[in-house]
Amino acid sequence: MKSGLKPKHRRLVFVGIAMALLAAATGLILSALRENIVFFYSPSDILAKPPAPESRIRVGGLVETGSVEKPGGGVVRFRITDTAMTIPVSYRGILPDLFREGQGIVAQGRFVNGAFAADEVLAKHDETYMPNEVTDAIKKSGQWKPDVKGTK
Amino acid sequence: MKRLDWFANPARFLRLARAVQPWATGIALTAAAAGLYLGLFASPPDYQQGESVRIMYVHVPAAWMALFCYTALAVASAVALIWKHPLADLAARATAPVGAAFTFLALLTGSLWGKPMWGTWWVWDARLTSVLVLLFLYLGYIALNGAFDDPARGAKASAVLALVGFVNVPIVKFSVDWWNTLHQPASVLRAGGPAIHESMFAPLLLMALAFKAYFVWVLLIRIRAEIAAGKIRAARLRASGDAAP
Amino acid sequence: MSDLAGFFAMGGYGAFVWLSYGVTLMILVLVWAASVRRLKRNERALAEMEARR
Repeated sequence: MKSGLKPKHRRLVFVGIAMALLAAATGLILSALRENIVFFYSPSDILAKPPAPESRIRVGGLVETGSVEKPGGGVVRFRITDTAMTIPVSYRGILPDLFREGQGIVAQGRFVNGAFAADEVLAKHDETYMPNEVTDAIKKSGQWKPDVKGTK
Repeated sequence: MKRLDWFANPARFLRLARAVQPWATGIALTAAAAGLYLGLFASPPDYQQGESVRIMYVHVPAAWMALFCYTALAVASAVALIWKHPLADLAARATAPVGAAFTFLALLTGSLWGKPMWGTWWVWDARLTSVLVLLFLYLGYIALNGAFDDPARGAKASAVLALVGFVNVPIVKFSVDWWNTLHQPASVLRAGGPAIHESMFAPLLLMALAFKAYFVWVLLIRIRAEIAAGKIRAARLRASGDAAP
Repeated sequence: MSDLAGFFAMGGYGAFVWLSYGVTLMILVLVWAASVRRLKRNERALAEMEARR
């Protein structure tokens, strides 16, 4: 320790250096773990690097407009898209209230033979909040952009 | 013995606390009344989430306060470690349980909002997990602070934990930008301005103001209680010192 | 009356909305009450100590 510093300043320097080291270490760990912290993959990710059929993964994207079919028996079929790539999904179970065409969703299940068999479907919404009258007005003025943020 | 001497005359702080506290109480109650009225009656349902969007008016202020209190805890701990001002130790110790309560509320109301909207009470995505870690940091701080017979040692150990745990605060904040999460990105503090319509933004800001004023109000009460406890401790030490030959 | 029932139903999300507000209010009141009680207790103990001296 430098002897010229007052104890108060020495503690300040010590805490400052310790915090900087800690931040750097955490940053390194987080960037090393980056792949493992991903909650879901996009259809493009999955088609580019198909996972093993026995591994349980999550796929996130938008429910393609016009793709939802309910053939009966509680089964739902739809296609999930990130606007570049699309994967067919089948699911049997309860859908969240926000599930609709064009909505961002995250499905969990297995990717087998080019199709996704989901055992859980969660809805993902974007950060925009507004009343119905406002969305009607935006739609009327032709400014409405379908939500693609859900694919992020 | 500088630390114990301070308890003999914290008059300046107590004067300030007595002057500020009625204002904090008044602002908290007024803003909460206005925020509840707007949030529950006079604001529209969301175009996607319907009436469930009203959970936002308690969930988001609680989550903001969870991060704010931890930042305050870390700053107070740094001041206590470096400058050894006794008030900083007291402020840190008084903040932790309030911050833990806000964090618990953010998790609970988030769960109650996630079930109907996302379709699940809980997922292990980066946002939710890092907020759970935040709650454990608060609980660890509280436990460590009280784990020593000598309060000064407890204060020092827990202050170090508070500083180490501060790395989690930016992780909570930016988790939704850095990784794919089920939780959506920030609506208010974002590039391009808030993405919340003004009719919903008003109750959100009022409730956030109410939560912050509540924090000041309760924190002042808690610090006054800590000062009284410190005076009692100092008097006991003096008494046992007098008794010694 | 049906207006009031509609208000409490919250479009079917009543349980989630009211539970959120209810638990929030309860916890904030509990934290405040515990803080006030501790202040009162410490101030009383301090006053007794000073009276004895």
